[in-house]
Amino acid sequence: MNIIVCIKQVPETTEVRINPETNTLMREGVKSIINPFDMYAIEEALRLKERFGGKVSIVTMGPPQADAALREAISMGADEGYLVCDRAFAGSDTWATSYTLAGAIKRIGAFDLIICGKQASDGDTAQVGPGISTHLDIPQVTYVKKVEEATDKSMRVERMLEEGYEIIETPLPALLTVVKEINEPRIPSLKGLMRAKSAKITTLTQKELNLDSQQIGLCGSPTQVVKIFTPAPRVGGQILKGEIPDIAKQLVELIKDEVH
Amino acid sequence: MDYLLTDEQKMIKDLAHKIAEEKIRPVAAKYDISEEYPWDVLKVMAESDMFGLFIPEEYGGLGTSIMNLSLATEEFSRACGGIAVCYAASALGTFPIVLFGNDEQKKKYLPDLASGKKVAAFAITEPEAGSDASAIKTVAKKEGDHYILNGLKHFITNGGDAQTYVVIAMTNKEKGARGASAFIVEKGTPGFTFGKKEDKFGIRASSTRELIFTDCKIPAKNLLSKEGMGFIVTMRTFDMSRPGVAAQALGIAQGALELAVKYVRERVQFGKPISSFQGIQWMLADMATEVEAARALVYSCARMVDAGVKDVAKESAMAKMYASDVAMKVSVDALQLFGGYGYMKDYPIEKYVRDAKITQIYEGTNQVQRSIIALQLIKEMAKER
Repeated sequence: MNIIVCIKQVPETTEVRINPETNTLMREGVKSIINPFDMYAIEEALRLKERFGGKVSIVTMGPPQADAALREAISMGADEGYLVCDRAFAGSDTWATSYTLAGAIKRIGAFDLIICGKQASDGDTAQVGPGISTHLDIPQVTYVKKVEEATDKSMRVERMLEEGYEIIETPLPALLTVVKEINEPRIPSLKGLMRAKSAKITTLTQKELNLDSQQIGLCGSPTQVVKIFTPAPRVGGQILKGEIPDIAKQLVELIKDEVH
Repeated sequence: MDYLLTDEQKMIKDLAHKIAEEKIRPVAAKYDISEEYPWDVLKVMAESDMFGLFIPEEYGGLGTSIMNLSLATEEFSRACGGIAVCYAASALGTFPIVLFGNDEQKKKYLPDLASGKKVAAFAITEPEAGSDASAIKTVAKKEGDHYILNGLKHFITNGGDAQTYVVIAMTNKEKGARGASAFIVEKGTPGFTFGKKEDKFGIRASSTRELIFTDCKIPAKNLLSKEGMGFIVTMRTFDMSRPGVAAQALGIAQGALELAVKYVRERVQFGKPISSFQGIQWMLADMATEVEAARALVYSCARMVDAGVKDVAKESAMAKMYASDVAMKVSVDALQLFGGYGYMKDYPIEKYVRDAKITQIYEGTNQVQRSIIALQLIKEMAKER
């Protein structure tokens, strides 16, 4: 089974600081790590490889220092890494990113499965995984918490919902996004770390991928970031009590007051 | 302080640190209470190739390096001295085979110990033979192509949980120390059973048991080196393993220091964090300096062993003795800085005091270490004359 895992390098912090003037993330002095959700994607790919054989390829789009994220994935047991890196890709939103990654995946070659983390811890959009499957025109199953069965032709997975779960069977190739309930990522081995140190990382630029220049980078990104801000902490709400019809009346009054 | 570690050494230290923080620290208190053997943590260490650090490459390891072993042991011990000693004791049980095993013995035993599939233990101590190792009573009698072992070993770290044991037994009682020999004994050999598991003050995640040999028949090919080499095997093994015990003590001291610094910054009294008081600061300064001095000694000694310096008895005794005395003092001072909270089991610091104590006792008490050091000094002076 040939598996491609898409990962993102993110700042290691739960409280991302934002430059109020430029509306961009302040990365200075913050260590970079693999997006925690992507660690589960890597681990699941490695487990499937251990069961079915094949190859695990890791892809990331980012600046040259994202090389470190690919090497970390290789130290865990992945076979190869691809760094999608070009100034032309800078400023991509989730649309342009998923278009570019889909282009890179086509270039990497035949695959049976793509796995992504459910979302990145910095942007929290959860759009790039589904975007890639759309650009590649393959089925997607999001929020996967368990792979029940897999063959080289199809896969049956459990998909987490807010309450309960769905069991979905999909033909392959397909794209999964995974949640943290799916596994516990392994710690790398020393032999893996040594291999990762000398592993060759393939860099894919716009020249190699030859993508539609209107769909990449800033100009291929329809999203406009108007303002980024830290929302004010929520103040305690009000709990309405009584019979449901009374509560409904109270609620309507409150909304009216709020509107006025 | 910068110890100018190589890239490989940094990699080992960082990985061991990661294992310590993610896999050891969260379960340290649990195993301290339950006294179960921490197989799940050892499995992680094994999968990360940590057991390969003390085994030559040709037998599946990453090359025997006492420095690498010390770095890993120090990092594990920062989080739990008990879990760390399960690891380090396997190295202790493996060294006699690395140092004195023939090719056949190495091929048979080392690959499984390197992969962590099996754990090793070293058995010399007996109820009446502690510091006086020449008083051992366990005997090995040769009968045809076998030896028959009879006797009792006690206080054996990893005893009962390890699969591969190196056991010292007398093959010729009349010869005293020169009548001892070293044997490889596998768990499951008929006549080889385990006695009681000790209920210990500290390092409670590790197992300490009696080994009982009752007409235990082992193949003659399990003899390490030659008959009569038992004490040489032991002394050379301890020269290799003492930096590891020293590294364990160093890790406990470092771990206690870190917890203390963190605590005094958080603890507010008289309207200020207690870290702002000079009395506290001076304690921290002394603790940190002593830890650093211990580290310099441990690393220097480990590097000497790796460089192939033949006689390291004095230096390894110094490293073991000093680092363990520092571990005891620093952990007690760290507990003091926690005040009344430090005395309570709800806080992690009292465990460091309990774990530190054994490092002054095992693999030669610190009094024995001082004798070794003094004897070496006198010998050296006598040579100069």
